[in-house]
Amino acid sequence: MSYWEFLLTYGARFLDGTLVTGAQFLLGTVVAIFIALIAGLAKLSPNLVVRSVAIAYIELFRGTSLLVQLYWIFFVLPLFGLTLPKFTAGFVSVGMNVGAYGAELVRGAILSVPKGQWEAALAINMSPAQRMRRVILPQAVLIMLPPWGNLIIELLKGTALVSLISVADLMFQSKQINASTYLSAQSFGTALIIYFILARFLVTPFMRWLERVMARRLGRG
Amino acid sequence: MSFHWRWDFTFDILPRLLLATLNTLMAAGIGYAIALVLGLVLALAQRTGFRPLTLVAREFVEFIRSTPLVLQIFFIFYVGPQFGIRLSPWVSGMIAIGLHYSAYLSEVYRGGLDAVPKGQWEACTALNMTARQVYGRIIIPQALPLSLPGMGNYLVGIFKDTPMLSVIGVAELMQTANAIGSESYRFLEPYTLVGVIFLAISLPTAGLIRLFELWVRRKLGMR
Amino acid sequence: MEDMSNYPLELTGDAVPMVRFMNVTKSYGSLVVLDKLDLDVAAGEMVTIIGPSGSGKTTVLRMLMTLETINGGVIYVDGQPLTHMAKDGKLVPADARHLRKIRASIGMCFQHFHLFPHMTALQNCMEGPVQVLGLPKQEARERSEELLALVGMIDKKDQHPSRLSGGQQQRVAIARALAMRPKVMLFDEVTSALDPEVIGEVTSVIRKLVTEHNLTMLMVTHQMGFARDISDRICFFFGGRIEEQGPPDALFGQPQRDRTKQFLSAVKEAV
Repeated sequence: MSYWEFLLTYGARFLDGTLVTGAQFLLGTVVAIFIALIAGLAKLSPNLVVRSVAIAYIELFRGTSLLVQLYWIFFVLPLFGLTLPKFTAGFVSVGMNVGAYGAELVRGAILSVPKGQWEAALAINMSPAQRMRRVILPQAVLIMLPPWGNLIIELLKGTALVSLISVADLMFQSKQINASTYLSAQSFGTALIIYFILARFLVTPFMRWLERVMARRLGRG
Repeated sequence: MSFHWRWDFTFDILPRLLLATLNTLMAAGIGYAIALVLGLVLALAQRTGFRPLTLVAREFVEFIRSTPLVLQIFFIFYVGPQFGIRLSPWVSGMIAIGLHYSAYLSEVYRGGLDAVPKGQWEACTALNMTARQVYGRIIIPQALPLSLPGMGNYLVGIFKDTPMLSVIGVAELMQTANAIGSESYRFLEPYTLVGVIFLAISLPTAGLIRLFELWVRRKLGMR
Repeated sequence: MEDMSNYPLELTGDAVPMVRFMNVTKSYGSLVVLDKLDLDVAAGEMVTIIGPSGSGKTTVLRMLMTLETINGGVIYVDGQPLTHMAKDGKLVPADARHLRKIRASIGMCFQHFHLFPHMTALQNCMEGPVQVLGLPKQEARERSEELLALVGMIDKKDQHPSRLSGGQQQRVAIARALAMRPKVMLFDEVTSALDPEVIGEVTSVIRKLVTEHNLTMLMVTHQMGFARDISDRICFFFGGRIEEQGPPDALFGQPQRDRTKQFLSAVKEAV
């Protein structure tokens, strides 16, 4: 069959898969941001215990591969009593993995905020929490947006692995279609093109727009 | 807790896992070697000034970087037979990893080359150097220390991505753990050992790379 | 460890100075920056500190603002110890809570202004009163607008710092510090980073503060003429100690110590 016929026949299934991928991506991003903020701030804590926990988490999730973490969370955690449905295990693993990398971005950005800002906040007698929340973090967010853009793309690509625990995402659909049609170039090729479109024409422009908005809000636009 | 760690089982499977680790390291090494060379080609292709070549290289790099490695692996493994070329899982895996990381390394090289001040190129022209001398003796020695952190990170990254080869049946570490798990119905020890082995290799490697960076910087007389 | 029993738990009596440095030492490793410094600033007094770089002048201000820790001696603010606190009838190093309590009486303006770039001029001024003092927004806004008018920046109140010149930013920084109603205002080389033509706008604001308000002020500056005009007292620092101090006309007109003379003549030559 021609490629056009191929798309007409299987387009709906690709679309279903894309929607699942989209959901995994968005939920994974939420988890990643949440963890990155907590771990990044924890690694800056003067408290040795808090800092050590953050370092251990970050090194563990950065030092092992996402696939291993995914399998561990899905196959091994149940033995410890925590059984997650595969959809949840999927985006939680991806989010926890990317969150570890994001923590370093958060930490680096906070440390990049000029020292004078910390001192000026102290001079008006802000508490450390107020200073972080009102002065440092808003400025850190703008600094960390460009590298976060790259990280978010990695997250999108990472969601493809959840197909290996049978979550019916885009990758999973392409494998199924390949298995029944043996039209590998079309099946996998279409999936590749869809991921490319998502990354290049949706995610990246969005991140650039976000950077512009934040720059304007920080009075630099 | 409804699990029970069995040490006897652990020691039983350890040799098999360690052998698979060797396979993994080999796969990572070969993939990295391919990526190092191909990445340089891609980086230089974008600097030729010949627009069609630059454009093609650029789009290729963007496409590879924006799509999942695991999907690229499937593509290369399955597409071959569709057109009559049979590739073994090993070869497909190597090619896929090599291609994927060549895109990333080309960006690292480009960053390093761009960071060399323009004046250096002009001085080379003034001294009438050949392209080989320019790159070999002046530009690359300066671009290298700047590129090393990125290159080192991707070496560790490749190692950690080798489990993806398990999806096409390459007998690396993850695949072996899966096999053990399926055979014995025990996943706890194999998967945990895999995690430990990964940490045991990636963390010191990252440390060694840092040290190597410092050594190179010192040898080239830079801070 | 120093024997803290030599220091009173608080200052009492008739003329309690607003600021007292008592035997204060500050060192970075083996480098001693302040050497058993004794310095009093009376309530409402305007004291300017001058001296060569490295003499410890900025350190005095930074320690008062608790940006630096103390290595020896005690600093008192309005009779209460700042760097230490009373515990079981003895002085012990202050904890974070005590520091915050006493720090509320001090305000500071920096050489590089350090306005919050993600807030407008008005928001910069309101930030402290709302977040730290807990004032309702309306009251904080009124107070801030009053102060911005005082420093001549009311028509730029909705501008971000990136749109303001150095002199304008520094004036907003002064308003921001005043919004906290401190008892003591510190000015750390507030004109050193400004282009010459805008120095005047900042010095005239400070002049206004001196004449119209009874704030206690401590200033570090290189603007000798300005210092001579508005200060009640000049302290010349050298090597972490007060080399000479006195009323401006006395110190500038008839310096007693050799080092003072040397410094003043070097400064004159530079002008």
